[in-house]
Amino acid sequence: MSSYIHSVSLDSSKCTGCTTCMKHCPTEAIRIRNGCAVIDADRCIDCGECIRNCQNHAKKSIYNTFDEIKAYKYTIALPAPALFEQFENLDDIDIVLQGLLDIGFDDVFEVAQAAEIVSDYTRKYLKTEGIKKPAISTACPVIARLVCLRFPFLKDNLVPLLPPIEIAASMAREEALKKNPDLKPEDIGICFISPCPAKVSYIKNGFGSYKSQVDLAISMSEIYFMLINVMKREKVRTITSKAGRIGISWAMCGGEASALFNDKIIAADGIKNVISVLDQLEDGNIPPVDFVELNACPGGCVGGVLTIENPFVSKNRLHALRRYLPVSQYVETEDYVPDKGYSPDLPDYKPLNRLSDSIGESMRIMAQIQAIKKSLPGIDCGSCGAPTCRAFAEDIVKGKADQNDCLIAYKDIIKQYIENYSGGEKSDS
Amino acid sequence: MAESLYFEYPVDGENFASAGQASTRVKRNLRELGLDSETIRRVSIAMYEGEINMVIHARGGVAKIEVTDSQIIIILEDKGPGIANIEQAMQEGFSTAPDDVRSLGFGAGMGLPNMKRYTDYMNIDSVVGEGTTITMKVNY
Repeated sequence: MSSYIHSVSLDSSKCTGCTTCMKHCPTEAIRIRNGCAVIDADRCIDCGECIRNCQNHAKKSIYNTFDEIKAYKYTIALPAPALFEQFENLDDIDIVLQGLLDIGFDDVFEVAQAAEIVSDYTRKYLKTEGIKKPAISTACPVIARLVCLRFPFLKDNLVPLLPPIEIAASMAREEALKKNPDLKPEDIGICFISPCPAKVSYIKNGFGSYKSQVDLAISMSEIYFMLINVMKREKVRTITSKAGRIGISWAMCGGEASALFNDKIIAADGIKNVISVLDQLEDGNIPPVDFVELNACPGGCVGGVLTIENPFVSKNRLHALRRYLPVSQYVETEDYVPDKGYSPDLPDYKPLNRLSDSIGESMRIMAQIQAIKKSLPGIDCGSCGAPTCRAFAEDIVKGKADQNDCLIAYKDIIKQYIENYSGGEKSDS
Repeated sequence: MAESLYFEYPVDGENFASAGQASTRVKRNLRELGLDSETIRRVSIAMYEGEINMVIHARGGVAKIEVTDSQIIIILEDKGPGIANIEQAMQEGFSTAPDDVRSLGFGAGMGLPNMKRYTDYMNIDSVVGEGTTITMKVNY
């Protein structure tokens, strides 16, 4: 059993077993059993595709509720840069930051501010000798998990830097302790305002042996409705944004990569596109680049399933918002990446696309899969409860499915049966 | 000792855009078997080059792959024009590819030399006017 805690989950009372989510799942983690979707926790990467595609709202993301901040004496909101693009006619980020204070947070620390630091670290990291290129960004937690599970040969290409959310969390806590000397570290609740379930899962699980410094994760859509009630342009503001264009632009695909001031970059968004880029990278079919930014959601974080606005409108708003911002507000302090910027290790997920641990055993399994697949219709209809005939064959070999679950084959059996009886020639048995 | 696994893929000679699909499918299978990345890379490069050759010169053919417990055997069969002078064809830069194919970036005369470079064994069996069978082996 998997000990990985997932944010993506299923409300089985709403699930009709329609197979839509199963068809869209990029890691074939979903099966339909007894008329209801079942998620394989070992395979799920929390990308949210099933939530995006479920017509019955049976797929959902689990996150903390706003009330949970009351458990802490002092709470700090960590807004993801994608939050600012949710609002129509917003011309000043400070209005949103003030809104976060007004709904009850004691302080705000922008993830965009930390993103500028990570951009600086990444520029330095790319100059390090002996690193494996292209370096693949780990800022999107889906990508980190996807690479470990499905592209294990690319594991060494993952950038070992902590994502902006972690840098933000530890800086926020440090700052708060300095400002309020009587607080203890555990009195402080750091609350991320998340655009996606993947970040929520990441916070619960950490990455490798690294435990997240963030205490709570709240859905962006929930906070949006609270903010919209309190945000007023004419209000006096006690807080000023500490991020520039670079930090804010992390909200969309290409933002992280363009902050590297390097032409040798690739940025892709949308899980299918991401997988095709990784496929090509694994094959060595991509021209030499230094850095690859991959975002599971269409458009980048602005396309997360916990956002309100469609990603293309958000991108347009981002362009307007950053027009009068400085390039960056981060002032470089060290000419190296400090230890606290690195993540200690990579998680040890078992690769998914290996049939077994030994090649001989894998060959036996594959031969069985091939044999079964030949007898299947090959139309990938999904009615057996597996996304493809190939996946169904593998399920049969592994004892997770019964060959009689194939409706197409079953139809032929019934047809035969009827013919035998109605044709006058009764079968011998 | 495990029994050998066999895969067989038709190589469609009519559609240039789909060239390389057989090697992609083989690669996926080899990954599932858990072979190391270097072996997979060698097999897929050698097979890709062979597949492109079949599309350019022979209007397609058949790719047969056998995976044993120590090597991968790739057999590419076509009923194309055959290779008149194998020694010459093996030289880097020698190509009989037509101009329209060259304009797409293929036909640089590196196909056969690359196939030899990335494999442990290669044999060309060709009869002019009848066809060509190329056998390659990659040990792992």
